[in-house]
Amino acid sequence: MSPLLSARGLELRFGRIAALDGVDLDIWPGEVVAIVGESGSGKTTLLRVLSGLAAPDAGSVIFDGQDVLGMNEAARRHLMRTQWGFVHQNPRDGLRMGVSAGGNIGERLMATGARHYGNIRAAAADWLRRVEIDPERLDALPRTFSGGMQQRLQIARTLVTHPRLVFMDEPTGGLDVSVQARLLDLIRALVAELGLSVLLVTHDIAAARLLAHRILVMRHGQVVEQGLTDRVLDDPQHPYTQLLVTSVLAA
Amino acid sequence: MTSAAAKPSPPSGGRGLGEGGAQGAYAHDTGYNFAYLDESTKRMIRRAILKGVAIPGHQVPFGSREMPLPYGWGTGGIQVTASILGPSDVLKVIDQGADDTTNAVSIRAFFRRVAGVATTERTAEATVIQTRHRIPERQLTEGQILVYQVPMPEPLFRLEARVAETKRMHALADYGLMHVKLYEDIARHGHIATSYNYPVMVDGRYLMSPSPIPAFDNPKMDRMPALQLFGAGREKRIYAVPPYTAVRSLDFEDHPFRPIRAPHACALCGSRESYLDEVITDDRGGKIFVCSDTDYCTERQATKAAAE
Ligand SMILES: Nc1ncnc2c1ncn2[C@@H]1O[C@H](COP(=O)(O)OP(=O)(O)O)[C@@H](O)[C@H]1O
Ligand SMILES: [Mg+2]
Ligand SMILES: [Zn+2]
Repeated sequence: MSPLLSARGLELRFGRIAALDGVDLDIWPGEVVAIVGESGSGKTTLLRVLSGLAAPDAGSVIFDGQDVLGMNEAARRHLMRTQWGFVHQNPRDGLRMGVSAGGNIGERLMATGARHYGNIRAAAADWLRRVEIDPERLDALPRTFSGGMQQRLQIARTLVTHPRLVFMDEPTGGLDVSVQARLLDLIRALVAELGLSVLLVTHDIAAARLLAHRILVMRHGQVVEQGLTDRVLDDPQHPYTQLLVTSVLAA
Repeated sequence: MTSAAAKPSPPSGGRGLGEGGAQGAYAHDTGYNFAYLDESTKRMIRRAILKGVAIPGHQVPFGSREMPLPYGWGTGGIQVTASILGPSDVLKVIDQGADDTTNAVSIRAFFRRVAGVATTERTAEATVIQTRHRIPERQLTEGQILVYQVPMPEPLFRLEARVAETKRMHALADYGLMHVKLYEDIARHGHIATSYNYPVMVDGRYLMSPSPIPAFDNPKMDRMPALQLFGAGREKRIYAVPPYTAVRSLDFEDHPFRPIRAPHACALCGSRESYLDEVITDDRGGKIFVCSDTDYCTERQATKAAAE
């Protein structure tokens, strides 16, 4: 078996700031990898580079044997709407707020050639159910949904085409703690059921513990420590990881 | 692209210039260059047209000029017409199907004056037809060019406000969003509620706005023998559908596209096939339905009268 996504030697500077400073990363099929680190450590930048949204100054990204950085935009967009999914922290960035829940879920199906209204609608209703939203809300606009529901809708809209790799950037970011817990449970169940590979960016150590098989700790654009989740969280080696873990315990 | 060089000769069987519906060729006002625009501008517009013909349905930017008419009066269509017109052309101008609205009359008078070309109200006699809001009912021929006035060339503009993003969507044929719009129509109204400016795919590649013609006219665009040219003055875009090109209205398998017309016969000619306008006949709310295409209707009435 070979990694689904493999990055080597990623570098990206914004002026004097090294947002990525020699990052290597592998994600294996069915694996959930969390990237943790405080704000400004380069997590979002890494996600954008891995998904081809931003070009690094140096390094390589290979997905399933294809050179992500070298491919043209048509090929990259095709990957985006078939093999990949993206769940944004702010649902406004991931949803069409003026389009019904059904239209939001159906968009990826239609973008990949679905042309049967009844089937698209049935798939959308089914996905609402799977993310625990009443299918009666199929024709409602996302702006009538709570924050947690919007995030679940975004997940349904992303997973409807069964992507192989999903990028999630702080998916529980703006939500209340109780709502966060429910969303994390849902993500965990869907990931296991669909056998997804996930790259999860979070500064929430508890979320990483719940979802991730493996953790990478980032600081100043570098991966300072990585390993199996329990090992990294229970026996942190790097002083920065120790600080991260204890500050959570203290909180 | 003078008419002699690049356009097939006028349709045979037409009536001689100056007879019937046609107003004969005039000596053009020599205070203007032929057809108003200077030769280099016409060449620039012809290049845009040729590019448009080479990439059916693709919007080509062009350096739109100030015209002696305000935007909204079809300055894009007028510039296209001015660039393709030759001295022996016969021009018809229609506005919502009629030849006698202020808009149509002014544009015809303009070209009689600045190009001295013959004009006509008869579809069969015209070599160039400039139109707003309709396609003639009579099947157009290889010898004709249909020029559309286009207010907004971008079919995605209501769905995606960022111009760079719409360009990218065209470049990648990434049109899922347009189907989302049709999906929303059906979810809300039970059917596709778009009855004007109904989006089409040209040659299986480019999504195109047909301009604000009724969806009823869309099927006429498909494999039309005439060349179809589209000019948007304010938005500075030209696009084209070459003769016999496939033009398909977007739809769903279980909600197929249907050209809609009012379920009546024309009160004047009895047609049950043509697109109808509702006309108020008195101040007590009385109304009748008549053909929107006046030439088509007049011809049918004449044929009926001759048969009786
Ligand atoms: N487009 C940009 N222009 C300039 N600096 C940026 C840009 N994007 C990110 N940065 C900087 O790069 C560093 C990493 O940012 P980011 O990847 O957003 O971190 P995180 O997601 O971990 O909070 C920060 O110092 C940030 O200010
Ligand atoms: Mg971030
Ligand atoms: Zn009639």
